[in-house]
Amino acid sequence: MLTTIRDLFRFSPSFRIGSLILMVVAAFVILSFFSPYEQDRLRRKVKRNQPPSADFIFGTTSQGQDVFWALTFAIRNTLIISSIAVFIGRGIGVTLGMISGYLGGIFDRVAQSIVESVIVVPRLPLLILIGSILRGSLTMFTLGILIGILDWAYPSKRYRAQVLSLRERDFTHTAVFSGMSSLKIVIREHLPFIIPFLLADVISGFLFSIGIEVTLSYLGLANLDSPTIGTMIYWGNYYQSIPAGRPWVMIVPMVTVILMVLGFYLMSVGLGEYLDPRKRLVRLTAHAGEEAEDDDPRKDKDDTWAP
Amino acid sequence: MNLLTTYILPRILQWALVIFVGISATFLIPRLSPINPVDEMIGRMTAFASIDPHAVVSMRESAMALFGLEGTLLEQYGRFWSRLLTGDLGVSFGNFPRPVSDIIGAGLPWTIGLLSIAILISWVSGVFLGALAGYFHDRRWAQFLERFVVVVYPIPYLIIAFVLIFIFAWWLKWFPLVGGSRGQPALTWDYISTLLYFGFLPALSIVIGSTAFRFIMAKSLTTTEIASDYVQYAELAAVPKRKIILFYVARNTMLPQVTDLALSLGALFEGALITEVLFAYPGLGFVLYNAIYNADYNIIMGITLLSIAGIATASLLIDLLYPIFDPRVRLR
Repeated sequence: MLTTIRDLFRFSPSFRIGSLILMVVAAFVILSFFSPYEQDRLRRKVKRNQPPSADFIFGTTSQGQDVFWALTFAIRNTLIISSIAVFIGRGIGVTLGMISGYLGGIFDRVAQSIVESVIVVPRLPLLILIGSILRGSLTMFTLGILIGILDWAYPSKRYRAQVLSLRERDFTHTAVFSGMSSLKIVIREHLPFIIPFLLADVISGFLFSIGIEVTLSYLGLANLDSPTIGTMIYWGNYYQSIPAGRPWVMIVPMVTVILMVLGFYLMSVGLGEYLDPRKRLVRLTAHAGEEAEDDDPRKDKDDTWAP
Repeated sequence: MNLLTTYILPRILQWALVIFVGISATFLIPRLSPINPVDEMIGRMTAFASIDPHAVVSMRESAMALFGLEGTLLEQYGRFWSRLLTGDLGVSFGNFPRPVSDIIGAGLPWTIGLLSIAILISWVSGVFLGALAGYFHDRRWAQFLERFVVVVYPIPYLIIAFVLIFIFAWWLKWFPLVGGSRGQPALTWDYISTLLYFGFLPALSIVIGSTAFRFIMAKSLTTTEIASDYVQYAELAAVPKRKIILFYVARNTMLPQVTDLALSLGALFEGALITEVLFAYPGLGFVLYNAIYNADYNIIMGITLLSIAGIATASLLIDLLYPIFDPRVRLR
């Protein structure tokens, strides 16, 4: 595992840049625990409307918030929401995809037609409908769950494809013929293939969750009292910070979103290149026999694998 | 006949299933929530004015009937479908007696116009730029283009639209900040030019996001395609490069892109909604935004139902057109 990461760091520029960006993001998360202010008492603490300076690195808002420290909390909270969403979404996706792939038959066909339907349904209007009904009672936790419940269809389709291709490989047949039990084959032989796949999938899952969190908060549907990147943009827009000549209030969270999604995306590109058999063959010609079946080239905007 | 039973019928069944699953979910989810929208609404109305309790009770009853919240869940479900099939989406609460279908109908042409133009431009430019960049992958411009796309691709539509507004509408003042057109709708150049002028930035922000994705996919498909024998043969036979790229490579990468377009319509539609909110473009997104602001559930519900049915139907149409492009499906 560690050597894999070291190799990735050394040979994949996109993984290197992506993980460096995410390290900076992680530093902000750690800093949030040493903040001089409390998370829900950020207002009226410092001088209002100060441009970025040595005292206030990213300036202050018209509400007397220090943008730098607000940002540390915002990054942390956005990552918490996304982690919950990714955990739930991938949990459902992995379970359904693997069961569907291994069981096959009628279950697989029914599950697949439901998955195909869910992929087509646009999720944002549904999220807005639920969000506007639950408005006021939507906490960070429930928002995360909500996003997760709607983000499992595409991953589950990929895990199913992965399982189907693993089932047809020679080593599976060898294991079956040598009398290995099904459970043992799944755990010992197949999971080592699924886990790196899962890792790349989890990383790219953050892209969708962060984007949706920012969008829903901007529409005023999230809990607007807790600082997240989306609510920072919402309040910045609400208090007209650009027309009023305080662009830093909005530029800072927006640049942060761009850097965060870019970091996650580049990391998933690097991992995906590592997982892509054709590109791995170039590096490791010795493993020519382990060429995996190419998975479905159809991709969704939010679920990203390496090009 | 064979095509009908192996391709068209299953696809239509799938379409019916999408509509059924989507609409049932839209029916069920609000009813699972602990909050009753009618009580919410009445709470808001009585918050600022004291109303006779009897009036409140009768108001509540009529609102429950209006929302279709009377009777058991199964009865409600039956009524929900029968109302939908007659095209009745209820009335708006923001602009009271106006029917929801009327309000949505006013926004729909804007969204369809904006979205279809943006999809057309982004699909064509993504496929061809991707093919060019994949074919000339060692040229400097191709690498620059790819880096640019990799940076742009993961950025949410909201942020892309914001950045465009800041730069082109707010700072440089080249384009208007809000609105869809100016003057009386007519088939004159004056009116159409304002349509283009107001629609340019919203369309651009959808095009940027969706072209990036098309480009990435097209480039990866091209990379596989140029390794095949026929491309090497064509190169050895000194077929002009322009011809190889346009008539062989790009054509072969188009088929999966058509299938993918059907699948990504939902994401594109979501992008259009967000873009319209930011630019106050008079389409569905802006209607939706106002409805969120006024807690106008019937409109939000109507847009959700319409978008599910619309996206499912559009992707069905793309899939039904697919045999025209792909003889392998047609002649199976």
